[in-house]
Amino acid sequence: MKSSHVASTAITPESIAGAGAIASEAVALYALGLGDDALILAQRLGEWITNAPELEEDVALGNIGLDQLGHARSLLTYAGSAWGKTEDDLAYFRGEPEFRNRQLFERPNGDFAQTIARQLIASVYFDSLYRELSTSTDPTLAAIAAKARKEVDYHLDHSVQWLNRLGGGTEFSHERMQRGLDIMWACVDELYSADPLAEDLKGISVDPQTLRADFDVLVPRLITDAGLQIPTTPQSRGGGRLGQHSESLGPLLAEMQVLARAHPGASW
Amino acid sequence: MSDDAIEQIARPRPSGTLESELWDLAATVVDPEVPVLTIEDLGVLRSVRISDQGVIVQITPTYSGCPAVDAMRDDIVAVLNKAGHSEVMVQVVLAPAWTTDWLSQSGRDKLEEYGIAAPGPRRTDGVVSLGLGVRCPHCGSLHTREAARFGSTSCKALYVCQRCQEPFDYFKEH
Repeated sequence: MKSSHVASTAITPESIAGAGAIASEAVALYALGLGDDALILAQRLGEWITNAPELEEDVALGNIGLDQLGHARSLLTYAGSAWGKTEDDLAYFRGEPEFRNRQLFERPNGDFAQTIARQLIASVYFDSLYRELSTSTDPTLAAIAAKARKEVDYHLDHSVQWLNRLGGGTEFSHERMQRGLDIMWACVDELYSADPLAEDLKGISVDPQTLRADFDVLVPRLITDAGLQIPTTPQSRGGGRLGQHSESLGPLLAEMQVLARAHPGASW
Repeated sequence: MSDDAIEQIARPRPSGTLESELWDLAATVVDPEVPVLTIEDLGVLRSVRISDQGVIVQITPTYSGCPAVDAMRDDIVAVLNKAGHSEVMVQVVLAPAWTTDWLSQSGRDKLEEYGIAAPGPRRTDGVVSLGLGVRCPHCGSLHTREAARFGSTSCKALYVCQRCQEPFDYFKEH
């Protein structure tokens, strides 16, 4: 998603949650991981604008991406408060190994069904994550999560509708949807693995491993209801939280960062 | 929750003379995307107080990524500057999270006049969302259908009236 907001209106750490909350180093690293997840997914969704199969989906994927960008802005602003950096510093002036997103979110869009599969897995994860994070003892993280969860609700609904439509549609759409699930499934284990950036944050962070049960109950049922098969895809090695990424992240960052790097400090 | 209780949460107008005047000034700022609604109607205006650093205004976004927030912030600063307050700071607060239940009755009426169907009461947590009838703001018919869940802005869905055939926006429950 091309972020063209004027530098002067960038949300400052002081303006988030109104309290001028400054994150500790440990909380900042945790928020950075969550912020990167949302930012990278937003950028991928933005790639659909003018390319979606129908106008309504252009608008829907753009809007879902915009919500994700909103979550990213809040989380990265909060993370940046620990280091005196703005959301823009973090989004535009870090290199690939410094990004902490889980690998699911950088997966290329592929076709529409692959994007829906990625969004389904992502929305189920975010829904559980933000539900738990909204009770965090860190008031800023709790506020961001409570806000985000209401929006994710619509995203999940959108994914489930398309899962059913494509799964129960034509032979062709069914096949594509199955393939989409098979491809994106490789990233599920990493998504729900322990977060190395949150080991010492009891009560503040959410251990993704505790959210796995939600996924295991809900997603297979949704897939079966749509007449599709639960994938048995081998799992990827992961490592996104440690800055290990697939070859597709570099080009995404190049596009996202090119303007800000060509004109450092510019506002428009 | 009673209507009065919701009203108190949605529009916490300060009681002090000067602060309530400043509140009323800030409350003239409209949503750039739905210019019939003020930020007070929406429940976006959360507090106005005077501090050593000048006037501090708090607003809450309707949606996290809502681009209207930046415009509202600039407009609040402009309107207070014009009234002679040179130091104005606008803060964004996320808690309590905004809900369409905070939309004032006059705001709802103005939305309908503007051609946007107002949101119904928000459903409580649950897995089943019922699509109840949305009334067409043009002809009043309930014979309408959702054309797209995601509309021109994050907060709206696109509907079509099957009686008068007109499309219209619907402010989603949130």
